[in-house]
Amino acid sequence: MNPTSIRHKPFATALPDFRNLGVWLRILLGVNLLALLWVLARNQSWPRLADEFVDTALWVEPPLFVLLPLFHLLNPWLEKLSLRHGRLTVLLLVLLVVGVQHAAFGSLFGDLMEVRGPLHAMLWAGLACIFMLGYFAWLNTLYSPALAEARLLALTARIRPHFLYNSLNAVLGVIRHDPKRAEAALEELSDLFRVLMQENRELVLLSDEISLARQYLELERLRLGERLQVDWQIDCCPPDTLMPPLMLQPLLENAVYHGVEPADGGATITVNISAEGPRIRIMITNPTHSVGHQSGNQMALANIRERLMLFYDLEARLETHETHGRHEVLIELPHRRQARS
Amino acid sequence: MNPLRILIVDDEAPARSRLRDLLSDLAISVPNQIIAEAADGVAAMEACAEERPDIVLTDIRMPRMDGLELAQHLGRLPQPPGLIFITAFDQYAVKAFELAALDYLLKPVRSVRLATALEKARHSVLRSEQLQLLSPHGRSLLRSTERGRSLLVAVADIDFLRAEQKYVTAHTREREYLLEESLNQLELEFGELFVRVHRNCLVAKKAITGYERSERDAESGEGSDTQWLLLLNGVSEKIPVSRRQWPQVKALLKV
Repeated sequence: MNPTSIRHKPFATALPDFRNLGVWLRILLGVNLLALLWVLARNQSWPRLADEFVDTALWVEPPLFVLLPLFHLLNPWLEKLSLRHGRLTVLLLVLLVVGVQHAAFGSLFGDLMEVRGPLHAMLWAGLACIFMLGYFAWLNTLYSPALAEARLLALTARIRPHFLYNSLNAVLGVIRHDPKRAEAALEELSDLFRVLMQENRELVLLSDEISLARQYLELERLRLGERLQVDWQIDCCPPDTLMPPLMLQPLLENAVYHGVEPADGGATITVNISAEGPRIRIMITNPTHSVGHQSGNQMALANIRERLMLFYDLEARLETHETHGRHEVLIELPHRRQARS
Repeated sequence: MNPLRILIVDDEAPARSRLRDLLSDLAISVPNQIIAEAADGVAAMEACAEERPDIVLTDIRMPRMDGLELAQHLGRLPQPPGLIFITAFDQYAVKAFELAALDYLLKPVRSVRLATALEKARHSVLRSEQLQLLSPHGRSLLRSTERGRSLLVAVADIDFLRAEQKYVTAHTREREYLLEESLNQLELEFGELFVRVHRNCLVAKKAITGYERSERDAESGEGSDTQWLLLLNGVSEKIPVSRRQWPQVKALLKV
């Protein structure tokens, strides 16, 4: 399976990908939620609720902290098993760890607190495990590769008519006086559309994204001339980073539409891309203007947010801010590099 | 027939050049003469004041002043020019044009369509109902001329408008602007935003923070008289309310 493909989703494989932070988070939250429900069901007086939950947590958290790293380590091997065997292995490991831990705790702290037999704990742990496996299976159908691909295609197939017709009009405008410029513009336009129209479900190189963005801006410069200024701050970003396709271009298009076109005189868009440890940070800012309606902006952002979700689940985020008269879009992605082959 | 005098308004140089090319292609079937080009609505207004074009070809999205606002201003000229809007893709504006039965062209502009639009615009006059449909809230900017230079003041920034002899002054937080318009017309256009408090004064409803009462000697000499004064947000001057307008102002303030 191609590791850069959308199919490599955290829960698109048979078992959840235990190396994914989002999966860990879901397991921790899910199991603790179940424990809370269990405490609520047994609870007889409200004031004791918090104490009871803490008592239960003492039994629930330690196995989790053992099991999660264990699954993380075993993940490559678990992936090779069939779904049925994988699930069975996970369940048996849960029962084993909980049983051992329970027995050990019982012998250590048996005189400090009331301890029930390990079988009781194993029964609940087993049920919780089955529930979580069921939950991931459900997520799996929700984000099934076929569905995810269909959604991804639907999401990337959008082209702003505003940009297309204005660009064509600009090409027609220069075709008589500067045929070379018109020729170059049409070449750029067809390159851009080739990328826009292909099936964009594979991660692409950051360097390719940047050159596509430059081509797009070159086309916009035909229309806007010196009014469009772009400040690229990309010296400290590794070009072999992988990212979802067509993220920069729509964001720059937004920045041009809302930041440069209404500006009296001209405006500068800044693009800042940097690697910060295990994450890649992409920040695009443009000046804001009160004139003109803001519709359309949210659509492109919602589109990108959904695609980030499909590619990275909870591991990526997208934020927007308004600061010092500038509109700022920030994307953070996990830093993945192209596999050397 | 005299050639049509045409003004081209677009913020993008290639788009203006395209229109120039098309108009020169049409020179035989539709005699025309480009009298000026402007890169935004404000420059277009200046050009209209100087050159009096027959037809204005205007883009919609532009810096400083967009095409719809420009239409509002041109519609108020003594002899408004024919207007043709040109847009790449703007569903809202296109819907408004269709409602107002105004002609528009889509980018990329085609020569045949341009020729028909010019023929139509030659005989049509911009009507105020059309402008009303185009932007129901009237203008958002007013034009003020000062020593031959024209300045723009945003309607939203105006605290009050006062008629002083020949002119009307618009008072904002920063300064005053002279307007060459009548208070009555302004009241008609911006009745939703402003309230008449005196024969010579309109006040922005959103600026009013309170009112107070002052006793004064009536000029007619009938002894002491009650005068109501309006307090405006951020304005030190208190605005007197005439006895005739007080009932309306009172109803607005819900006192």
